[in-house]
Amino acid sequence: MAMALPSNAGGGDRWQVLRLLVARKTVLISLIVLVVLIAAALLAPYVSPFDPYKLSIMNRLKGPSSVHWFGTDDFGRDVFSRVIHGGRLSLMVGFSVVILASVLGIALGLIAGFFRRADKFVSRLIDAMMAFPDILLAIALVAALGPSLINVIIALGIVYTPRLARVVRASTLVIRELPFVEAARALGVPTYCIVTVHVLRNLISPILVQGTFIFAYAILAEAGLSFLGVGVSPDIPTWGTMINSGQQYMGQADWIMIFPGIAIVLSVLSLQLLGDGLRDVLDPRLRKEL
Amino acid sequence: MIDTLLSPPASTGVIDRTTAADASVSSRAALRAAPLLRVTDLKVHFPTGSGRHAPVVRAVDGVSFDVPRNTIVGLVGESGSGKTTTGRALLKLVAATAGRIEFDGHDLSSLSEKQMLPWRRRMQIVFQDPYASLNPRMSVAEIIGEALDTHKLAQDRREARISELLERVGLNADHRTRYPHEFSGGQRQRIGIARALAVEPDFIVADEPVSALDVSVQAQVLNLLQDLQRDLGLTMLFVAHDLAVVDYLCDEVVVMYLGHIMERGPTREVYARPRHPYTRALLSAAPVPDPRAPRTRILLKGDIPSPIDPPSGCVFRTRCPHAADICAQATPPARSMGPDHYVACVRLDEIDAS
Amino acid sequence: MTASSRDIVLSVNGLKTWFHSRDGVAKSVDGVTFDLARGETLAIVGESGSGKSVTSLSIMGLLPKPAGRIEAGKILFRDRGGKHHDLAQASAATLRRIRGAEIAMIFQEPMTSLNPLYTVGDQIAEAVLQHEGGSHAAALKRAQEMLERVEIPAAARRVNEYPHQMSGGMRQRVMIALALACNPSVLIADEPTTALDVTVQAQILDLLRRLQAESGMSILFVTHNLGVVAEIAHRVAVMYAGRVVEDAGVYDLFERPTHPYTRGLLSCIPTAALLASRERLQPIPGNVPSVLALPPGCTFAPRCPIAEPACTQAVPELLPAWPEHLARCIKVTPQ
Repeated sequence: MAMALPSNAGGGDRWQVLRLLVARKTVLISLIVLVVLIAAALLAPYVSPFDPYKLSIMNRLKGPSSVHWFGTDDFGRDVFSRVIHGGRLSLMVGFSVVILASVLGIALGLIAGFFRRADKFVSRLIDAMMAFPDILLAIALVAALGPSLINVIIALGIVYTPRLARVVRASTLVIRELPFVEAARALGVPTYCIVTVHVLRNLISPILVQGTFIFAYAILAEAGLSFLGVGVSPDIPTWGTMINSGQQYMGQADWIMIFPGIAIVLSVLSLQLLGDGLRDVLDPRLRKEL
Repeated sequence: MIDTLLSPPASTGVIDRTTAADASVSSRAALRAAPLLRVTDLKVHFPTGSGRHAPVVRAVDGVSFDVPRNTIVGLVGESGSGKTTTGRALLKLVAATAGRIEFDGHDLSSLSEKQMLPWRRRMQIVFQDPYASLNPRMSVAEIIGEALDTHKLAQDRREARISELLERVGLNADHRTRYPHEFSGGQRQRIGIARALAVEPDFIVADEPVSALDVSVQAQVLNLLQDLQRDLGLTMLFVAHDLAVVDYLCDEVVVMYLGHIMERGPTREVYARPRHPYTRALLSAAPVPDPRAPRTRILLKGDIPSPIDPPSGCVFRTRCPHAADICAQATPPARSMGPDHYVACVRLDEIDAS
Repeated sequence: MTASSRDIVLSVNGLKTWFHSRDGVAKSVDGVTFDLARGETLAIVGESGSGKSVTSLSIMGLLPKPAGRIEAGKILFRDRGGKHHDLAQASAATLRRIRGAEIAMIFQEPMTSLNPLYTVGDQIAEAVLQHEGGSHAAALKRAQEMLERVEIPAAARRVNEYPHQMSGGMRQRVMIALALACNPSVLIADEPTTALDVTVQAQILDLLRRLQAESGMSILFVTHNLGVVAEIAHRVAVMYAGRVVEDAGVYDLFERPTHPYTRGLLSCIPTAALLASRERLQPIPGNVPSVLALPPGCTFAPRCPIAEPACTQAVPELLPAWPEHLARCIKVTPQ
């Protein structure tokens, strides 16, 4: 299981990893797209030409023009500005989900990797959670917690924790048998040091790769939830809510749905390609060295 | 790759203890009476599953030997012999199922992990795999520094001490910030040795330290180990399967088969006059780099039995050319054949007579 | 270069196999020349990076494509019918026909060379069916015969066993049975005993010697262990950094090692002479050069105790230092 082994990339290697990454055209393009999207999201208040909340009933359902690049929606709001602000929220949700899933996933994975008896319980829990389709589980959790942005983040974080926990557990099981961990025990290094210095540092690669994929899934899931009406409330502009509200005008004002849709596709595709690239770059290197 | 030539420099303030390599007979006797390590009836069994009736791998099944101070003792055997497990059990890296481990007169068998910490300073290990025995994410300085910090050594002169250790093993101290993958196999092995030396141990278990290296590099590391043992007065247990290397390096040899000791004694003696049928077969099977050397090949039939279900009595009897019914009855006790030379075989007299 | 009295079955001449990668061109084999006679065992000795395994893969046509390519040289093989082929230029169909039937190979790790999903008998039968046709039953019968020939006890039962049910030594015997099923004239053994215990190694070497005596096949034995070389080889070719640096009969090589690398190798292993004289091992200083950046001229010069500036000027030729004893060193052979 190539992903489970520690990468041999040491400190000075970060630049080489980057160089290998951008050597691949697909990854390079993905990185550029992501940088643009993230920059737009961060600078949303300065970059969006209109106030995304500003109603203008006179201008409703106008098609793309030189003034409104992406047209206006049913309330006359500028779609371009809403896409940018929506991106801010969607990317923020995605990122928060990754953080939450990582914290929970690393904790669970380490426990399962180190303690055999706990492993039995944790593994079955992971299997059970992964048996559900992600969206269904997310809907159930949001229904239980109540629809709000925070709860969507929490729900999705829980949904994607098993994925990360599995990877962490597998890697931990491999790493703890490696001679350098044994050497640390022979030196008398205390267990908590072994976990942080030896095990965790070698988990960075698989976590990074998984995290990139989870980012993509989370954006998609949030959009899906909002589209179904069980995510954040419809007046908050996320890409999902925009597609939801644009449904009724399909055939009339397609631009309301299409542009947020394109944004989702671009960001998810870029993240996935970046994740693929990372995985390819980090794995064969270690195979070559180990 | 860093091209560092080896040449062990002069001692640089590292603790030097006089060796007793050329001691007289009476001092030797004194050394033997107070060995640094005494193992008594060590057993290490691994359960293959949970449940009380799960079959057990009898990796080490009643092993007793001494390691005298300032000597290098070789532990040889083939796969399944238990030699690697024995080495690890001495350092309590695997839990012993039974038996005593006395280090410098103190029984370590019942100590907890916390109580073992000060002892871990005195006994260290060097591993076989130069690639997996160093954390790829730690620089050389961090690797050696960890050893120092765990035992709070040289805290006021940490950097200097790390440089000292690197030079002691023939590496360039300027390479301390580099990562393991930037070094060759032989150099990584030296880093592992430096890590073991950092805590200033009395005893080192070398677990097949050169098996994974190229021939020309093996010689470099073997010379280094020899020098260190001599200069620092170390005691070593050299676990290996290469009989020629053991002949070259070790003062005494312990021959293991399927978790038991077949024969042990001074290397010259055991190699020149092997008494146990297994030792004889093993020595005759070892390839000799001389096409004109006379070869008396004793070919053993069959394969090594599984350590889960070892033969009763003498474990070697299923492949021994001299086996008889009496061999199945009980595990042969170690019989003394001369000064410090023990053989575990009940049919020695009959074999010699034939 | 070849004595007319030797009946040469395989002749490798100036072989160069290079690997093209993003990091550059790795010249794994850069000038390998040797002859293998009928009924003879030629040992190819070298450390890691010497190119010995790539040489055997080149002969078999098993180089990883598209990275690995034979750049130059000839691999002349005389098949059972007396016809000569140049394996370096042969078509894929010719190579497939020759592989297994005329030239067979056994590897270091029997566990990964045998398919864990098929019984041992089925795997041997597959080779027989592939090259000789016939019925499945007849092929299985041949499989059992082969298992008996490699001294596996209870062959009738073992034919239906899977690789994981056997020990390492037995799996290696199965691999030998598989290789010899179609009676090849050349067996290439790539470090077949390196992963085995000493006593098992002795059994396997003994088996190979016996099989060679029975069938008259030639063996190309790749190894890094000089002890094994002394046990089994008739002739020895020492490789360093992609080139053959010494080529001699086995007695001659150990009694009169000529090339500085060979002499260095013999000084850094514990031999009986060294142990008797109680001297130290003399390691060869430095490291094996990377195949991506070979030193100019003689590749051993940076580590050689008798090197001089002329050594780096040009690659030395492989020339006779003694009768039937070649060396690639300007200081040892008159150029």
